[in-house]
Amino acid sequence: MSVESEVSLDGKKLTIAIKGRFDFGSHQAFRDAYERFYKVPETYIVDLKETTYMDSSALGMLLLLRDHAGGEDAEVRVLNSNSDVRKILAISNFDKLFDIS
Amino acid sequence: MSALAPVLEALTILIAEDSAADRLLLSTIIRRQGHRVLTAGNGVEAVEIFAHERPQLVLMDALMPVMDGFEAARQIKQLAGEALVPIIFLTSLRESEALAQCLDAGGDDFLPKPYNPLILAAKINAMDRLRRLQATVLQQRDLIARHHEHLLHEQRAAKAVFDKVAHSGCINAAPNIRYLQSPYALFNGDLLLAAYTPSGDMHVLLGDFTGHGLPAAIGAMPLAEVFYGMTAKGYGLTQTLREMNAKLKRILPVDMFCCATLLCLSAQRRAVEVWNGGMPEGYVHEVATGRRTPLISRHLPLGVLSAEAFDDSTEVWPMALGDRVFLLSDGVLDTADANDQLFGAARLQQVFAANREPDRLFEDIEQALAAFRGQARDDVSMVEITLLSAPPLRVAEPMYADSGQSSPLDWSVSFEFRAQTLKNYNPLPYLLQLLLEVHGLREQGGALYSVMAELYSNALEHGVLGLDSALKRDAQGFAQYYRQRNERLAQLNSGYVRVHVQVAPTDQGGTMTLRVEDSGSGFDVDKELARPVDVDRLSGRGLSLVRQLSSAVSWSDGGRSVCVEFCWEALA
Repeated sequence: MSVESEVSLDGKKLTIAIKGRFDFGSHQAFRDAYERFYKVPETYIVDLKETTYMDSSALGMLLLLRDHAGGEDAEVRVLNSNSDVRKILAISNFDKLFDIS
Repeated sequence: MSALAPVLEALTILIAEDSAADRLLLSTIIRRQGHRVLTAGNGVEAVEIFAHERPQLVLMDALMPVMDGFEAARQIKQLAGEALVPIIFLTSLRESEALAQCLDAGGDDFLPKPYNPLILAAKINAMDRLRRLQATVLQQRDLIARHHEHLLHEQRAAKAVFDKVAHSGCINAAPNIRYLQSPYALFNGDLLLAAYTPSGDMHVLLGDFTGHGLPAAIGAMPLAEVFYGMTAKGYGLTQTLREMNAKLKRILPVDMFCCATLLCLSAQRRAVEVWNGGMPEGYVHEVATGRRTPLISRHLPLGVLSAEAFDDSTEVWPMALGDRVFLLSDGVLDTADANDQLFGAARLQQVFAANREPDRLFEDIEQALAAFRGQARDDVSMVEITLLSAPPLRVAEPMYADSGQSSPLDWSVSFEFRAQTLKNYNPLPYLLQLLLEVHGLREQGGALYSVMAELYSNALEHGVLGLDSALKRDAQGFAQYYRQRNERLAQLNSGYVRVHVQVAPTDQGGTMTLRVEDSGSGFDVDKELARPVDVDRLSGRGLSLVRQLSSAVSWSDGGRSVCVEFCWEALA
């Protein structure tokens, strides 16, 4: 498991990429990934290209990020989920909260 | 002293050596290093002194009279128990076999004669470090064991409290529920609740909190309270869901929520109403055809959305008596094999297809999981409910010893519920509470609620919304009926349901007259009543039930107005 984050040059977009298992073990690293930036980006991208597994505490972390990013007004996009991860997101109907593609 | 390694802490060191000259030499060196010295001339003395004085380290000559160093080392190690008492053998032996024998007997190191004070001091320090490490490990192990014991105790206490709350319903009493839950499922976040509504429908909740342990159990308590409280008062799924969601949203941290499936099984209506937010698909199993209709998750879990954004829309499926509903937690599907492959829905379908005896479904699933993985996960929850003919309406226990002196016996009240209210408010629990103020009606609370529910839904669905109950003759029409109901209700902007209640005393006790009127176009009462009462018919069930449960029923105004009467005798 590893969590990497990167801000776009204009500082408007924060991308967080999770490699391996996205579960309770990633909790602190995931929070650090968006809490350590002083400037608040306009868009958050969660890149799941290399995420192999995701459990319900990972869903909870996405909710934390959404809350941090402004709740109802947050713009959080979840990208590149594989079919297993997408199944988890679909059962929970998280596509009603996040822009998932 | 300056040439020697610094001493961390003065130790008590036992020297077991038969040569008085060597004893003196060693004692001098070690005292000079700052340690306290005990001496023994043979193995027996060494063991005795160890037993009384408990030195922290032993220098042991291998060859001694009476008892040699090997035997003494064995006995001292045994006396020392789990604590590490390092034994350094003093030996002029040179053969590797003899040196190995020193270590085999429990020695930790050896020091060749003649003695080098520098090496001796370094070895004592090295052994002291090991000794401390061992002591720390033991101390921490005991601490962890104590904490663990404490935690188990707390969990047992929490579980006892929780069981009182969670199992106050009918989960263990109802003959038509089978469930399988690991004994500590509560601490895996799984929650299973079941209770009867006043009219004898059954509400069932299978929930799964994010996270494990105490936080999940804490969230489960208010959920169970809302579930039981509202079910007993006659609230429907949608109001109960709204309340549960709002409560969890308010008390849970942002990253915690509860996936849940909520069911209302009605033997009277031969139907199951379902709301699934985030749980794996359950199934309605039509026993006659073998068909399994999936109960798909359509919603976000409870505790995520604000009250305004929450979606309480449910789905309704027809069920015949003997049909079953099967629900499961993700522990079943997420059981992984040695290669991290998940069991998954497809394998579950295979178990369904292979199942020959419906009563052995759980066992078949457990076997398939065991074969897949080798051992079961501890957060597997499954529940299966069979639709049985309605249980006898329960007689509510008298709530007060008072024989009714303070009961209101001569009054009337009228309500008119208009379009905006009909859309999203269920007045039945409120009306029931009001009527139960009349002590004489309390014994008939179940029948009263069933009749009110039937008359209200007839007035709303067939009257105001103009829905045709003939639609409900088959499964497809059934689904269409409820789709139309939701659509028409959403677009409703006129119409009303009126409820008039009149309570009057009689010589024997009292009578309550309930009149329900609607703004619909009415129906042909004689024709409807002439229809045969067909026990397996999905539609038209309500009227026979109403006639069975109340003392008198009459229609007027072309079917737009219905009047029922309930009588009671004065309480002794």
